[in-house]
Amino acid sequence: MNAPQSPVADTVLANAGANDGVPPVSASRVWPSWRVMLGIVLPLLLAAGWELAVRGGFAQGRLMPPPSRIFATLADLVRSGELWTHVVATLWRVMAGFALGAAAGTLMGALSGSSETVRRLVDPTLQSLRAVPSIAWVPLFLLWLGIFEASKVALIAVGVFFPVYLGVASAIEGIDRKLIEVGRVFRLGRVAMVRRVLLPAVLPAWLTALRSGLGLGFMFVVAAEFMGASEGLGYLLTDGQQMGRPDRILAAIITFALLGKLCDTILVLLTRPLVRWQDTARGRL
Amino acid sequence: MFVVEHLSKTYADGTRALADISLKVADGEILALVGGSGCGKTTLLRLVAGLDQASAGRIAVDNETITAPHPFVGIAFQEPRLLPWLSVADNVAFGIADLPRAERDARVADALERVHLAEHAGRWPRELSGGQQQRVSIARALVARPRVLLLDEPFSALDAFTRASLHGHLLALWEATRPTIVMVTHDVDEAVTLADRVVVMRPRPGRMFETITVGEPRPRDPLAVGYDKAKRRVLNALDRSLKTAASDATAKTASGASLWW
Ligand SMILES: Nc1ncnc2c1ncn2[C@@H]1O[C@H](COP(=O)(O)OP(=O)(O)OP(=O)(O)O)[C@@H](O)[C@H]1O
Ligand SMILES: [Mg+2]
Repeated sequence: MNAPQSPVADTVLANAGANDGVPPVSASRVWPSWRVMLGIVLPLLLAAGWELAVRGGFAQGRLMPPPSRIFATLADLVRSGELWTHVVATLWRVMAGFALGAAAGTLMGALSGSSETVRRLVDPTLQSLRAVPSIAWVPLFLLWLGIFEASKVALIAVGVFFPVYLGVASAIEGIDRKLIEVGRVFRLGRVAMVRRVLLPAVLPAWLTALRSGLGLGFMFVVAAEFMGASEGLGYLLTDGQQMGRPDRILAAIITFALLGKLCDTILVLLTRPLVRWQDTARGRL
Repeated sequence: MFVVEHLSKTYADGTRALADISLKVADGEILALVGGSGCGKTTLLRLVAGLDQASAGRIAVDNETITAPHPFVGIAFQEPRLLPWLSVADNVAFGIADLPRAERDARVADALERVHLAEHAGRWPRELSGGQQQRVSIARALVARPRVLLLDEPFSALDAFTRASLHGHLLALWEATRPTIVMVTHDVDEAVTLADRVVVMRPRPGRMFETITVGEPRPRDPLAVGYDKAKRRVLNALDRSLKTAASDATAKTASGASLWW
């Protein structure tokens, strides 16, 4: 039965091979999502395993509640409206701190990036302040600004300030002189040079800096809310600890993760049209 | 008329890029600069464009001394230098933002047509090949209609066919508005095909070595006797310039670690 393959079959096979370019496109569309799913497999397995272990009576689940209990708690918090109070409080603080920190960081970064004198003047100080661990500011801010919103917003602003400052300053220093020369050849004035060359050139780095600033804002809001808050996701964390409710702690952690990712995604989506020209994968989520 | 008088340029690090260059270029003349790598061709164009200050000497266009970028003088750099955040058409329009919209669009369309990129007007620079980017940068220099057009190895990244066709377009444009053109090239055929005069330079410090006048009428026939003669003279001068430069270098210091061509 080992008949030699007909030349027709050969050609068909060869053609199928040659046309590979087309079908794999759809295949490669399936691939990434499948690979993304791969990342969820491990947590799901762990969660399911834990759930089974607790239900089967192999573990108590008192310190580490099973997923079902965490989601029940989360659902309760949502239903009672308690969660929204906390989310709104946290979000407000992050946004206020982010706005202040990003504005100050952009301004200082722009000054320090564009003037050698300013850079020599302020950069060493800022760099050493940057080395201070965030929590170290807490007592000072409490003393200066009291235990209410101002001290929390200030702490978050400090967290946001540094990545934005650094990002903007180094982006300005790193602007390609060759592109500035293109502006000079066409005799752009100062304002036009800033508007038509410098700003677009630093825009991507600025957006990246804002993104890392926002990420740090979410880190610092936890520290801020540990300072003693009566609402906010950070409060939910300490409260859960004091009440011995690990399910509430985990519910707060999950909410933090979702909220942080959501804000980051919104920032990326809002700013993506500005950097459409870029040839990077950074815009992808 | 555009004049270079006793021009010298020594960079801050002590590199003598140009020494005592004197040159007169008539209105509407096409001048080609050839010479080994590092002999100061780009430096000379940058000085003429007003982007750098000469250490000594003077450049004047119509008796106006050039010390800063000047509206009469346009340049296409050795690298494309497109602004990555602007589309191809917006890059070309970059230098004529002050013109009324309709006029600007018409000029951009015309320039893109001339460099065969009309259908790429809406693309981003990163979506173009190196040669296409270079053509966009030529178009950007063209639309401002400078009286003196400086082209630094404008066609170096192009295949022979596109190059020949762009030679045709450059000559057509030159026929139409008669700008003075100073172009740097490493291609002797290109120099002899386009230029009225070919200036051979030699390095360290950059000097003019020999000037060859190409008297052939345009369009030039590569098979004509005059063409061949001019080409041989340029090649010969280049050869000698490189030899003297090489012996210079070994005689002076052992630091002659540069590429000639
Ligand atoms: N900004 C600079 N600072 C110091 N030296 C420089 C600078 N620019 C150029 N040079 C030096 O000046 C000399 C001439 O450089 P230039 O770029 O003018 O050469 P070129 O003839 O254009 O070479 P190529 O054919 O490789 O483009 C070189 O030795 C180079 O190293
Ligand atoms: Mg050069």
